[in-house]
Amino acid sequence: MSSSARRVLPGFGLSLGFTLAYLSLIVLIPLSAVFIKAAGLTYQEFLDAVTDPRVVASYKLSFGASLLAAAINAVFGLILAWGLVRYTFPGKKIVDALIDLPFALPTAVAGISLTALYAKNGWLGQILEPLGVKIAFGPAGVLVALIFIGLPFIVRTVQPILEDLDAEFEEAAASLGANRWQTFARVVFPTLLPALLTGFALAFARAVGEYGSVIFIAGNIPFVSEITPLMIITKLEQYDYRGATAVASVMLVVSFALLLIINVLQAWTSKRQGRTT
Amino acid sequence: MSIEVRDIHKSFGAFKALDGVSLSLPKGELVALLGPSGCGKTTLLRIIAGLESADYGSIRLSGADATAKHVRERQVGFVFQHYALFRHMSVFENVAFGLRVKPRGERPSEAIIREKVMRLLDLVQLSWLADRFPSQLSGGQRQRIALARALAVEPQVLLLDEPFGALDAKVRKELRRWLRRLHDELHISSIFVTHDQEEALEVADKIVLMNKGRIEQIGGPREIYNEPATSFACSFIGNVNEFRGRIEGNYLRVGDDLLPHEPSDLDLADGQAVVAYARPHDTEIHPLSADRSGVTAKVNRILESGALARVELVANGAAREGRTDYFEVELTPAEIAELGLETGKRVRLTSRRLSVFRDKQ
Repeated sequence: MSSSARRVLPGFGLSLGFTLAYLSLIVLIPLSAVFIKAAGLTYQEFLDAVTDPRVVASYKLSFGASLLAAAINAVFGLILAWGLVRYTFPGKKIVDALIDLPFALPTAVAGISLTALYAKNGWLGQILEPLGVKIAFGPAGVLVALIFIGLPFIVRTVQPILEDLDAEFEEAAASLGANRWQTFARVVFPTLLPALLTGFALAFARAVGEYGSVIFIAGNIPFVSEITPLMIITKLEQYDYRGATAVASVMLVVSFALLLIINVLQAWTSKRQGRTT
Repeated sequence: MSIEVRDIHKSFGAFKALDGVSLSLPKGELVALLGPSGCGKTTLLRIIAGLESADYGSIRLSGADATAKHVRERQVGFVFQHYALFRHMSVFENVAFGLRVKPRGERPSEAIIREKVMRLLDLVQLSWLADRFPSQLSGGQRQRIALARALAVEPQVLLLDEPFGALDAKVRKELRRWLRRLHDELHISSIFVTHDQEEALEVADKIVLMNKGRIEQIGGPREIYNEPATSFACSFIGNVNEFRGRIEGNYLRVGDDLLPHEPSDLDLADGQAVVAYARPHDTEIHPLSADRSGVTAKVNRILESGALARVELVANGAAREGRTDYFEVELTPAEIAELGLETGKRVRLTSRRLSVFRDKQ
């Protein structure tokens, strides 16, 4: 007795087959090429390539700054989404459209304009630098660029959930004696959490892979402000293809592990809310 | 807690939701706000709760002015039509919510919270569901949990917005009975909103009948049913047969027919346009004969199920303004046999008890 014969919804075999084939073609085959290429190295060569102190320093910056940027975006993106959903104000549509700009802008343009702003003679740089805050050409610059490109992910994932959130829940909390803060912390925030985690994962993934905007503002000082994608490009430019793929494979595995953790967390929080997906 | 509503006005844009509503409810009663959808009953309930503010007028709870008070401070328990249970919390945590958000000084200890929540869950007979999440419960169970949650903060008044509106007929009936019993145990002043007259008549001590932002009648179920004060009250509550016509002495002229009626204390002049209502069980069927008065009609269907049969009739030829007038009469099967009623037979209708009002249309 085949189980597919008893399914009510048709097309299971077809759609699953298509999903797997498409995913293989677009995602898995290119990615596996990375591992195959890296497999050309001996174990010792691989180890040397991926544990080179300069490369290790770049992992720390790339993953650290990406996580931090995603976290900062989670806080401020939530506030932005809140403002856009809960209040009406003149020019709201324009502000709403502005949110998506980091999506559309070529990342190099973003990198150049951020550098121009935060450099010593830039608008913000000339104010911050005398105060001892150095943004451009350092790790802080990397963070600023990653915050810039990650913001839309949080706003766009939280916004629809916030729009659907019935006022009844907040009214119920208020009638039970909860103040605004308690209502937000105990009722609204937990409801938004799954969407917030999804946005966090997207912003993080985007930030880890970001190259264009970061290299302009980072200054690319070895051991200080080099990101991992830059290390890969550097190796490629030296025709060290296998070394580059070795570093890339480490990046892939770590990114995949982190994304998996976030997604499991997301699934767990939404399951608690009685959503099936 | 006694509730006093004074001259409340509320508009949403050009729509007048409440148009000068005053109401005084003594302590401990179970009151139904009844009316068709859009009559302002839910708005009134929300204003009493403090979830909505009135454009004009005042609310007094236990004699003290509460108009400017926030819903947090009004000590009202509010139960929503769609339950509004917090989805990410277990049933236990939902009920405990009101206790946990109390200011630090008033917050009971964990042991007391536990005991109190379990007692409330016992009260709504769902203590075995304490660890479940709302999505795992049926509609009726959710509504009972919502009620337990509202009761946890020991409100002075319980406000329920269409509490059984989203439930199926059988559960609805069960919960109705259960709410009545709960009220008899707790004696907490309660107001519930409903558009279901049967629900209001069955459960409430007192019914406030509303229409188009105004109160039509306030009274006990018996009074509302038997002594409707306005033509709206008459047509909204229970099944009625409607006759429109003009006064002619002791008769009502309906089209070409004359319907006898007892002159009422309304002091109606001849020629006054009126609308008259008769309950199906107060309406009588007579054979068609020239010497009798009564409105002529034709038997359309005879529905024989239960102790009383219902006879559905069509008004004689009068498809007024494109609609057909139907009448309904309740008779015993024996009476039907005696009259020899069958589909298509023409008869005359009179009423033992006719409620007559001036026709404003």
